[in-house]
Amino acid sequence: MKHSALQIFRQAWSSHRKWPRTWSSPEPKPAYDVVIVGGGGHGLATAFYLASEHGIRNVAVLEKGWIGGGNTGRNTTIVRSNYLLDGNEPFYEWSLKLWEGLEQSLNYNVMMSQRGVINLFHSDSQRDGFIRRGNAMLMHGADAKLMDRDELEKVLPYLDFDNARFPVLGGLCQPRGGTARHDAVAWGFARAADQLGVDIIQNCEVTGMRIKDGAIEGLDTTRGFIGAGKVGLAVAGNSSRLASMAGLRLPIESHVLQAFVSESIKPLVDTVVTFGAGHFYVSQSDKGGLVFGGDLDGYNSYAQRGNLPTAEHIMESGMAMMPCLGRVRVVRHWGGVMDMTMDGSPIIGLTPVTGLYLNGGWCYGGFKATPGSGWVFAYTLARGEPHQLNAAYRLDRFSTGRIIDEKGMGPQPNLH
Amino acid sequence: MRIPCPNCGERGLEEFSYRGDATVTRPTSIEPSSESAWLDYVYLRDNPYGPHWEFWHHISGCRAWFRLKRDTVTHKVLAVALAAGVDGEDHRS
Amino acid sequence: MTRQKFRLPVGGLIDRLQPIEFRFDGKRFEGYEGDTLASALLANGVRLVGRSFKYHRPRGIFTSGSEEPNALVELREGARREPNTRATVTELFEGLSACSQNRWPSLRFDWRAVNGLISALLPAGFYYKTFMWPASFWEKVYEPQIRRAAGLGRASSRADPDHYEASWHHCDLLVIGAGPAGLMAARAAARSGARVLIADEQARFGGTLLDEHVVIDGVTGVEWARACIEELKTSDNVTLLPRTTVFGHYDHNVLGAVERVNDHLAEPPPGQPRQRLWHIIARQVVLASGAMERGLSFTNNDRPGVMLASAVRSYVNRYAVAPGESAIVFANNDSGVRTVRDLKSVGLTVRALVDVRSGVDSAVRAELEDTGTQVFDNSVVLRAHGTTQLRGARIAPRGGGQGVDLDCDLLCLSGGHDPRIHLTSHTGVKPVFDNTLGCFLAGDLGESVSVVGGASGRFDMVTALRTGHDAGHEAALRCGFALAIEQPIPEVTGESAESASEALWQIAGATEKAFVDLQNDVTVDDLALAVREGFDSVELMKRYTTLGMATDQGKTSNVTGLAILGEQTQRAMADVGTTTFRPPYTPVAIGAFAGDSRGRHFQPVRYSPLHEWAVDLGAEFLEVGLWYRSRYFPKAGEDMAVASEREVLATRRSVGVCDVSTLGKIDIQGPDAGAFLNLLYSNGFKTLQVGKARYGLMLREDGILYDDGTASRLTADRYLMTTTTHNAAGVLAHMEFYHQCVWPGLDVQFCSVTEQWAGLAVAGPQSRELLSRVLPQISLDNDAFPYMAAGEFTFQGMALRLFRISFSGELGYEINVPAGYARAFADHLMEVGEAFGITPYGSEALDVMRIEKGHVTAKELNGQTTPHDLGLGRMVSQKKDYIGRFLSGRPGMIDANRQRIVGLVPERAGARLFAGAHLVGPGKSAIAKNDEGFVTSVTYSPALGHWIGLALVNGGEERIGEKMRAIEGLRGMEADVELVSPLFLDPEGVRLRD
Repeated sequence: MKHSALQIFRQAWSSHRKWPRTWSSPEPKPAYDVVIVGGGGHGLATAFYLASEHGIRNVAVLEKGWIGGGNTGRNTTIVRSNYLLDGNEPFYEWSLKLWEGLEQSLNYNVMMSQRGVINLFHSDSQRDGFIRRGNAMLMHGADAKLMDRDELEKVLPYLDFDNARFPVLGGLCQPRGGTARHDAVAWGFARAADQLGVDIIQNCEVTGMRIKDGAIEGLDTTRGFIGAGKVGLAVAGNSSRLASMAGLRLPIESHVLQAFVSESIKPLVDTVVTFGAGHFYVSQSDKGGLVFGGDLDGYNSYAQRGNLPTAEHIMESGMAMMPCLGRVRVVRHWGGVMDMTMDGSPIIGLTPVTGLYLNGGWCYGGFKATPGSGWVFAYTLARGEPHQLNAAYRLDRFSTGRIIDEKGMGPQPNLH
Repeated sequence: MRIPCPNCGERGLEEFSYRGDATVTRPTSIEPSSESAWLDYVYLRDNPYGPHWEFWHHISGCRAWFRLKRDTVTHKVLAVALAAGVDGEDHRS
Repeated sequence: MTRQKFRLPVGGLIDRLQPIEFRFDGKRFEGYEGDTLASALLANGVRLVGRSFKYHRPRGIFTSGSEEPNALVELREGARREPNTRATVTELFEGLSACSQNRWPSLRFDWRAVNGLISALLPAGFYYKTFMWPASFWEKVYEPQIRRAAGLGRASSRADPDHYEASWHHCDLLVIGAGPAGLMAARAAARSGARVLIADEQARFGGTLLDEHVVIDGVTGVEWARACIEELKTSDNVTLLPRTTVFGHYDHNVLGAVERVNDHLAEPPPGQPRQRLWHIIARQVVLASGAMERGLSFTNNDRPGVMLASAVRSYVNRYAVAPGESAIVFANNDSGVRTVRDLKSVGLTVRALVDVRSGVDSAVRAELEDTGTQVFDNSVVLRAHGTTQLRGARIAPRGGGQGVDLDCDLLCLSGGHDPRIHLTSHTGVKPVFDNTLGCFLAGDLGESVSVVGGASGRFDMVTALRTGHDAGHEAALRCGFALAIEQPIPEVTGESAESASEALWQIAGATEKAFVDLQNDVTVDDLALAVREGFDSVELMKRYTTLGMATDQGKTSNVTGLAILGEQTQRAMADVGTTTFRPPYTPVAIGAFAGDSRGRHFQPVRYSPLHEWAVDLGAEFLEVGLWYRSRYFPKAGEDMAVASEREVLATRRSVGVCDVSTLGKIDIQGPDAGAFLNLLYSNGFKTLQVGKARYGLMLREDGILYDDGTASRLTADRYLMTTTTHNAAGVLAHMEFYHQCVWPGLDVQFCSVTEQWAGLAVAGPQSRELLSRVLPQISLDNDAFPYMAAGEFTFQGMALRLFRISFSGELGYEINVPAGYARAFADHLMEVGEAFGITPYGSEALDVMRIEKGHVTAKELNGQTTPHDLGLGRMVSQKKDYIGRFLSGRPGMIDANRQRIVGLVPERAGARLFAGAHLVGPGKSAIAKNDEGFVTSVTYSPALGHWIGLALVNGGEERIGEKMRAIEGLRGMEADVELVSPLFLDPEGVRLRD
């Protein structure tokens, strides 16, 4: 059933009793051409693009819980392509282009909202770093603009311009960046993939991998063995656990990242803003809640919750940036489990096991990559080799030394 | 979270910094044949779901580095030992 | 001013001698000390107080506690305006001003209530299915409308004028909630000598004892509580925190609590915080947080005048307020009868008791009917009548049938009770559904947390007192405290045993909106639609319908929603499960989390021991990490460029002095100190002689440059290391890691001495002459103290360290003196230097001079470069192991096409350069495939008379002589440049060595 305003009118006549399931709920088949493990945005997008771009429709997406229940439903919904390095920027810019047409390709309103992303800077050297990055973006066909203090005061009048420990000097803005409704991304991809014949199987946890002569044959799951020509892992947060079933160790640690939402208030923050003198970023959802976050808690964790010191640090930065936030109340804070890689960049590509492909290591930046990640992973699965856009994200880059360390923090995951 | 420093006793999380997996050992060889050992040491991690030996630093306290065995799911602390050990002995189990 | 028409003539815990004036929507009212805003509004007959989120339905006061979903107001004005403040927990204060929110133009006539009329077009998730055409309309048309309509109250855009502070508290036992169970727990533990902290979100301790009629040990509950509190207050080992919400339970029994120190006043008294964040570290926790009542879902169950039965009793008994004049009570449990009795006891009319259960006790029926209350058992309320005010209700037998309409202006609901167990699941323990009690209970919490009273699912007073006592006693025992004598459990009289409630999650046959989540306007139909569309797990349903996502986080709605999901999908509650409770338990102000770390106090400030010296010389400062460094020393009329140029020229011509105290300094001692340095630095340190300094590079284990600095050998087994300002703390931790974790066998000790020693760089051709006069006892000629010499001396009895090292490229020295003598020494230096025209220079001039010399700083040491990339390949030993050695050899690290350092000069003499610009070949366009590098640092060179820069370019020095375009597209700037050697000045280093 196609979604539209007219359709809503039509369904209202029957008191909305005739809306179909958004995706069907089939029993798993004995085998598929491709099995995607992980029913988050990345896994579902991969399935959608396998079916829509490569004509591979005998595909299952296995989800141990409910779709979109991992980091897809826990992040702070920011979409942007303001990267610096060659390995990153083309990929993220392609992802942003896919975002820009996503509603129409999925026939589902994921509320992609290009409200702009502003990174504040507080020193000349920070400014120079942003100029380097902004120019890299421009050269890759993305958009970027430098804002001075006067321009910022027009858009963000409530920043602490006058009494700050680290005065705001300006910002780098990507006007095409913004936010999207995270859950809807999972649902939209699920619905579109389902309509193309993909089986989305919830409550199906992978418990083992069957590998013969170095090649994958299928997966043991809580719903029985499922054969697979190829298997794609899209389980960021838990990549190490799944990879260990194939005997692989990854350059990844799992860390917890907290996110926060305030009570719903009338529009206050119209863009995404990041603080340059501490760890804090904020946007406002369409529902009115300020959605914000900061840095990792910093220790290995699979618990989807954080601790108090990090929460305080984040809100200290928030108040330093926007002192009007003092009386706005936090209504909920939670944690997501991040695949933190050794260079801060994702891994999308082949593994030493034939037929087993990995899409993970998203650190805390996976949401914005959702369509791009699905698109290149589908390509990689379909062709058996990476697309040019994800060629740099190969797993063996750590042994070749061609690392993609955007922030230059080195091989310690909690610093990225 | 409360972290037990072997010197100072239990203190708040905010006094510590974290380094990661404490089961990896720096190779002693710099011969080309030791490449995989070096890659393992610097990059590859078990990243276990459950008990994990990890390095912590009492950075706002006595400055000791120590190994802590902590469950990555429950965050329960299971064991602790100074990194250097009193006698240089390896206290990992 | 309106009189308090609905205030009962007697009773209540209010102080009638202390009237308080307040305003709501601009209108003046009066209440009493002891009122909440909600009780005072009800006392004045104000029952319409807000509008709902989605349909803008008129709403009243639903509860009397912190779980309130409806009665949200904007409290206070101006910079202190607080949106979404629950009127039910706002203590009344003189001059209080509140406004209704989410309505326009007025609360009574809100034009967005039109949403209710077209609600058939706005089912759950409608926005996912539309607003997609044309694509460009989303941001421009649809979304701005949605955003304006959404949100509730308005936050202030002005800085919060109040202060917040943080406190830490360690205790044996934390008791959360000071109702009957909590008071008993605290008392039992306190009597055993344990250190007890008891916190309650209300201003007054007592919990339900303040709301209900009960007799304990022969006195009223209020009196009993008073005595108990008095005992706790006089116990030295007990801390009482009223107005304090324990909002989060974090790992290892760390709990976060917020104390509303002064929210009950118009503004905090001078010097006092508004709120205080408590970090409570407790060995034992007793959760005595009580229970919340559930509503019931029927058509129009949201009308102002529909109220939870427990809230009605609270308003009547505690606040002496009549929430209505003519009531109907609708319940599935025995609290319905209690409510009827309490209302009647103050003379209010109760038209009917509607009990969903069959077989109301005949004595009770007789009692109620004799006093004019109809009893409908096995019946339900089908719908409420009225719009902005409840006018009546339709009552019908459960089996079906038309039913009867009765007038009323108050409808009291009790759909059962849910223990307040939110805190128990913050650390990942899932609640479990108890089929017997019909509610979720805390999961297995181990030995350090116990749950008592209503929070444990037992709602009677006897059990509350007993479980409270037992848990307090047990907790004290676990902490090593025992009660001297057995304590009797207080006796409760007048409480009759209650029969079981009967779950009823939705009333069949709702024809219009029957709400589950009142604030977010989630109806029974919305939940059914979600299930139909496949959103049939708890989390999906929540996210699709927004159930439980409002400011109350579904306190009065979640369980009902889950149960309806269970019914829709034919699953038992245990299989449906629940969504996860997250901190905070109730919303907490961001200011409270942030405390005083804001504005100029956001981060601590580090001042150099020469800060005042620089201030006196008129310096301008720059934030460098936490430090303030002197940036330049302007004379009258000079801007930064002019002043810096003067400072550079003066230094290069004669002598300049610069405060370099912020550089990290680490004192390293021990027989293996040299061996340790040899492992830390990529270049060799074995051969360093006593009395010599050496420049060294530190790598990370992945072969990337980490830090640079010098190490000087002061004696055979003592070295002084310097680090960059930026990495001073990091390098120390890095060294500690390698020393303690990797090479514990090395006999070496070290510590930071950054704070203990001030550093002064004295540079320029006259520097030797100057220092010879200042330090006449030291022989400074080139043979005695050559380039890279280092030594310890005394000067007028003061220790002094002298190093012949230079960052500026001139003949130069660095002098370290004890921090306490820094000012005196610097003044002396300036005095003697006057004859040489000594010029203080700042970090800006230093940056100019280092670029002229091609020295690298953090701009080049950016965590992405190798020594080879920065032209320092000669400083990488091939003979030894060191940190970063092995992985430096990977193909990607030695690729000839890596970006490596070069110098840049503009082709056109006057052209300026820009840091951050990217480089493309001549005639090439600014697109990614032409990108060959970028400019790291630029400066105007006073020595050369034109702009110069450093850049990282593919192939580096092999490209020297080539011409390129340096493009800064953000500001539309570009310059044609030539790649040159990065050593712009004195490439042989003659000046340094002479």
